[in-house]
Amino acid sequence: MSLQPVKFYQTGTFTVGNRLLAPEERSVQANMERTNSLNSGHRACQGCGEALGARYAIDAAMIASQGQLVAANATGCLEVFSTPYPETSWQIPWIHSLFGNTAAVATGIAAAIKVKKAKGQGGDVRVVAQGGDGGTTDIGFGCLSGMFERNDDVLYICYDNGGYMNTGVQRSSATPPAARTATTMPVGPEPGNAFGQGKFMPALAMAHEIPYVATATVADLRDLEYKVKKAMTFRGARYIQILVPCPLGWGAASQDTIRLSRLAKETGTFPVFEAEYGEITSSSKIRRLLPVEEYLRPQKRFAHLFGKVPAVETIARLQALADRNIRRYQMLDKEAN
Amino acid sequence: MLKQTEGSHAVAEAVALCRPEVICAYPISPQTHIVEGIGEMVKSGELADCEFLNVESEFAAMSVAIGSSAAGARTYTATASQGLLFMVEAVFNASGLGLPIVMTVANRAIGAPINIWNDHSDSLSQRDCGWIQLFAETNQEALDLHIQAFKLAEELSLPVMVCMDGFILTHAYERVDMPTQEQVDAFLPPYEPRQVLDPAEPVSIGAMVGPEAFMEVRYLAHAKQMQALELIPQLSAEFKTMFGRDSGGLTRSYRTEGAETIVVAMGSILGTIKDVVDEMRDAGEKIGVLGITSFRPFPLESVRAALKDVKRVVVLEKSLAVGISGILASDVRKALRKLPIDVFTVIAGLGGRAITKKSLHALFLKLPLETEESLTFLDLDWGVVNRQLERERQTRRSGPAAENMLRDIGTVASKIA
Repeated sequence: MSLQPVKFYQTGTFTVGNRLLAPEERSVQANMERTNSLNSGHRACQGCGEALGARYAIDAAMIASQGQLVAANATGCLEVFSTPYPETSWQIPWIHSLFGNTAAVATGIAAAIKVKKAKGQGGDVRVVAQGGDGGTTDIGFGCLSGMFERNDDVLYICYDNGGYMNTGVQRSSATPPAARTATTMPVGPEPGNAFGQGKFMPALAMAHEIPYVATATVADLRDLEYKVKKAMTFRGARYIQILVPCPLGWGAASQDTIRLSRLAKETGTFPVFEAEYGEITSSSKIRRLLPVEEYLRPQKRFAHLFGKVPAVETIARLQALADRNIRRYQMLDKEAN
Repeated sequence: MLKQTEGSHAVAEAVALCRPEVICAYPISPQTHIVEGIGEMVKSGELADCEFLNVESEFAAMSVAIGSSAAGARTYTATASQGLLFMVEAVFNASGLGLPIVMTVANRAIGAPINIWNDHSDSLSQRDCGWIQLFAETNQEALDLHIQAFKLAEELSLPVMVCMDGFILTHAYERVDMPTQEQVDAFLPPYEPRQVLDPAEPVSIGAMVGPEAFMEVRYLAHAKQMQALELIPQLSAEFKTMFGRDSGGLTRSYRTEGAETIVVAMGSILGTIKDVVDEMRDAGEKIGVLGITSFRPFPLESVRAALKDVKRVVVLEKSLAVGISGILASDVRKALRKLPIDVFTVIAGLGGRAITKKSLHALFLKLPLETEESLTFLDLDWGVVNRQLERERQTRRSGPAAENMLRDIGTVASKIA
């Protein structure tokens, strides 16, 4: 048999094949000790990016905390599909209170844990809060900003699918411009969501100068696990936003969840980076730069841009936003491209 | 130990004696002195093993309280007025989840028009939120009720509001008997939660419940309040044995022997009413007082037993059920169902309007002569009201009503007869 060069990366990703790694270097999901914190049997849709992201994120946090983890969950898809009583997919202590207060509930849990630990009545239990983009950037923004400002010892994870998918796909402040939702229909002279500032929470989190901010996608789960583990090495407020495609809300095929996540990054639409104390420390580089059209076309929420008369100007504006991301977050490796 | 102190500070000290583990608060008048007092005790180290969190809103305050209580910590917060309304979604959530949070409500009016003074509109608006609501008559009782409230809340796994009149009690300096730490420790055991977020025994708290069990879960909330009807007098009796004071309980009668008229009220106004009743008793009038300490659960049987032999009942309340009449009065009427007793509803003291002995005296003397009247607004300036109503009839764009009425009065001073 002829000598074959070892191929470490799958095409188009940074994912290292687990079978080629020593056990201690393998991913959490490949680890026999993984906790399945969000267990199988839940009611998420086929191809749900949020279910995938949450499973990897929480399992990674469980490994990092040696199983000493409590989660607070906002109202939303993740809460609904994982828990109608008496069934629950959660293998960890988990609380759902309201839509807009998850960060504050987590703050309360962290405060209680701190006191119990000081009194010798409890161990070093870590706290994760999680919610969708609506629960994070809109209704939960006040509580989240308060948690950041006080630097409470909580890791907040936002699963960003760009809308209120649980209530039937309405617009949130994280919905991309031009996207069709139930409240930004593709009708009239300016179809879809308006072009505005949007609300890019990672930048707002950085403005609070909290210890750690990161973004990730479900296309690069190794990177997602790494960032969750990294976040758990810090004390104080930490924020991770994970882009999680929603087949229902995006009008995308279930099997395209990973592909669309990858395209979001490869087109510059969703920057993947890390920041510490308000400053960017690293950004994932685009491996093969693609025009935004590649990302938009497979999604029915952008179908009105590609009708008989393509909305060339709108597509150009979306491309300009992606180009700005690429510059701002240094998404291109100058040597490689 | 006897001491002369502000009501808020007495409550702060009493809460500290209860060994709270997490306290969160957002400032709102007239609650501020309470949390300032506790905050200082935590910061100085006088109150050890306690986290004090300055949060960004009342909604966050109640949410932090939900988290810390669910994680097994004895939790306290305080609010008033708009603050209570701002946290309402979380207030219902705390009772729905069965978390034994104790909260002081420094009772204050609800705007608009914005008004910082005392009435009971705030906590009475939360009548159906599932919390126990206890009303203090004096600063001593406010202090005592907080100690009882933690025990009551934790026994039932239900949250408790201790309501004390804003400014009238919170900012009044009075003599109080402050218990010792040993006394409070002997009365109040450490918090042993029914449910707790514990990695050793993971549970899911707050998941969705559908039509198949929602009614039963909600009924349980009612059943617990019925248990509270038994427990509140027991705790009050136990408290008396250990501290030597009558505090709390469901209701308290004053000079009701042989009474033909009994005045029912809640909170600090009971003091003024008792003074008037004393004077009227001296003049030979058969009048007495019934103070309601437990507004929720509402002690229907206790109220009925106290009132069943009188000719007339006057419910004097610092709240208004707009579009019908009184809030407390409706509950009292329910307690008196099928009894041949006239019930008079008197709305008084809204937004801090002084309730004077003179006005009460005149009111109580007049009522036996009334036959039909069942709703009175004490010391309402009809001239001002009628001028505004006329203005609205005459002019489409009549302008902001509150401003017009103040202009008509010609002064911003409070109207004290």
